[in-house]
Amino acid sequence: MSAQIEIMLIASIVAVACTLPGVFLVLRRMAMMSDAISHTVLLGIVIAFFITKSLTSPLLLVGAALMGVITVSLVELLNRTRLVREDAAIGLVFPAIFSVAVILISRFAGDVHLDTDAVLLGELAFAPFNRFKLFGLDFGPEALYTTGGILALNLIFVIVFYKELKLATFDPALAAALGFLPTVIHYALMTLVSLTAVGSFDAVGSVLVVAFMIAPPAAAYLLTDRLSRMLVYSALIGVFSAVSGYWLAYFLDASIAGSMATMTGASFLISYLFAPERGLLAQARRRQNQRIEFALTMLTMHIANHTAAQEAEIENEVVHLNEHLKWTPQFAMEVVGIAERNDLVTQRNGVLTLTESGLRRASQEFNN
Amino acid sequence: MDISQLFYDLFFDYTLRTVALGSAILGIVSGALGSFAVLRKQSLLGDAISHAALPGIVIAFLLTRSREPAVLMLGALIAGWLATLFMLNVIRTTRIKDDSALGLVLSVFFGMGLMLLTFTQKLPDATQAGLDKFLFGQAATLLQSDVVTMAVIGTLAIVLLMTFWKEFKLITFDPEYAASLGYPVRFLDVLLTTLLVIAIVIGLQTVGVVLMSAMIVAPAAAARQWTDKLKNMIILGGLFGALAGVSGTLISGSAEKLPTGPVIVLCMSVIVLFSMLFATNRGLVWNWFRNLQNRRQLRAQAVLGDLNTLAMQHPNQERGHSSAVLRAMSTNPEGVSLALSQLKEQGYAQELSKDAWALTQAGLDEAGKNEEKEA
Repeated sequence: MSAQIEIMLIASIVAVACTLPGVFLVLRRMAMMSDAISHTVLLGIVIAFFITKSLTSPLLLVGAALMGVITVSLVELLNRTRLVREDAAIGLVFPAIFSVAVILISRFAGDVHLDTDAVLLGELAFAPFNRFKLFGLDFGPEALYTTGGILALNLIFVIVFYKELKLATFDPALAAALGFLPTVIHYALMTLVSLTAVGSFDAVGSVLVVAFMIAPPAAAYLLTDRLSRMLVYSALIGVFSAVSGYWLAYFLDASIAGSMATMTGASFLISYLFAPERGLLAQARRRQNQRIEFALTMLTMHIANHTAAQEAEIENEVVHLNEHLKWTPQFAMEVVGIAERNDLVTQRNGVLTLTESGLRRASQEFNN
Repeated sequence: MDISQLFYDLFFDYTLRTVALGSAILGIVSGALGSFAVLRKQSLLGDAISHAALPGIVIAFLLTRSREPAVLMLGALIAGWLATLFMLNVIRTTRIKDDSALGLVLSVFFGMGLMLLTFTQKLPDATQAGLDKFLFGQAATLLQSDVVTMAVIGTLAIVLLMTFWKEFKLITFDPEYAASLGYPVRFLDVLLTTLLVIAIVIGLQTVGVVLMSAMIVAPAAAARQWTDKLKNMIILGGLFGALAGVSGTLISGSAEKLPTGPVIVLCMSVIVLFSMLFATNRGLVWNWFRNLQNRRQLRAQAVLGDLNTLAMQHPNQERGHSSAVLRAMSTNPEGVSLALSQLKEQGYAQELSKDAWALTQAGLDEAGKNEEKEA
């Protein structure tokens, strides 16, 4: 395997591993928790590092996961005092914990490979250099196995607890009433987020973790109403962003993590603009259609109102529509054109009369 | 290093004085404007804006090739502002909620900034060195000219804040009412958010994008505990911010390898913690104390009522009643003796002989008043 393919593979694995819990964070309105956790796990790593004196010990994972849970608990504790709101609680807790970590690093760990830049920004380009070797055989880069393990864990969690997660996300009250323990689900999910954050950011940095956790699920959220599809779509968007981001970085000779984060943003932008039902374009088109439909109805009703009367000739002239219906001349012409094409009205000497179907439409509206 | 030397340096050492002054300005402006953000439930907006400012800084550098703080700040300002508008639009036009929109803008803009930053660093002319200090902030590299820029922009923001004081207050607490009075709510909203962006941009060079969010939320959250008045909250927020800025600078200056930004944030966290515990009225300790007092008061009132009942039921009995009887009547038997001594202290009850309690005249009056109140 070439280094390029390895990097893309690792990034894709991270992408999918992040989007799985990310979907639930977005749906449960806790997206900012991923930002908080991805910062505070640093303290867990630092403390575990001071205890074990090793950067590869599995204790680092444990420390980070614990710190993630502590973060969530602290936020909830602050929240429960009712002295600050939840968003403010998040904003108070994670910078404080992160500051402690940064101070510890700069004071005591100056000469080891543990600096804030590496944790925050990651360096995917170096991932292939750390090989996993056994009996002198090269089994590929180490990051492939750590991130692969995290992905497997997330996948198993989501599949096994799919029903519970779904219920606790969409109807926590019912979940509690049925005995599904939404609090346990909540903390399990947060543990998973911490594990994913720490397992991934060694390879890709915490910025990319947050980007992968939020942007692809947010994009998928605009594409579908089904949870299962949202999970699949966000995974696909994540992989697409990872691969295209790699090539963007390759051509710009820039940070891989930054480029991938940029591509998750680009994916979201595409979805935001072009999503079939919820995209901006679809919304604009829908509004335009509604405007035309409403105008057609108005036209048929207007003509129907005046067919019998003496003033029919004046009222129903195309040139007078703008006056009577307060339409601009162009819009009146456009609506009349559409109405003629849809066989709602016919035009003779500039005077409009309703056809069968136009009459039916008008009377339908009158009866409503 | 001893304290007096530190204070001497604060006034006469160029670096320390500059950094302390810069941190103080940052604290005042972010504390004052953060108050509005916290009250408008936009605490994390600061986090998003500060991250989003990064691509603006780099693009401003790429376009002008200048490292003038004013130019970079302008870039940061525009980027932060665009990010905010994009975010508000996403929230308004889709079903994506504010937390996801915040996280999205934060990570994507920051990633973009990172991409551009690394792209810039590989360009042949190496003048861009120093752009990455915006990531974590390097207060120690602040120059007097930086501080002057910060002071000018900060003063501008504060003056604007005071000019539109009434309007900002109104849209913070009751935007619908403001709209019904004909105020341009959308415009004021954008203006207030712009001021917040300015406050953030001022702080980037000192504490960096990652920790700037704390400087928005924390002073305001601490100030909120002490007061219910917006004016006091903003003044207090500014004071707390400045206090944290200066003390953080001093502490980090007193030892090797203590980065200024994180120390300032920790100082601010200590102020928040102190406020949440000991603030009058809202603080946890204060509340606990008040609850205790309320409980004692209620307990004494209940025993007072019981003694009154006994006095009415035994009109001719002058020898008093034993505490055992009162315990039997009370829902909280253990508290009776404490309540009796409290009543005695207040002059409502008297111990006629050993363990024989009766109300005094004042006690009888008080009990009568209580009964009237209940009726």
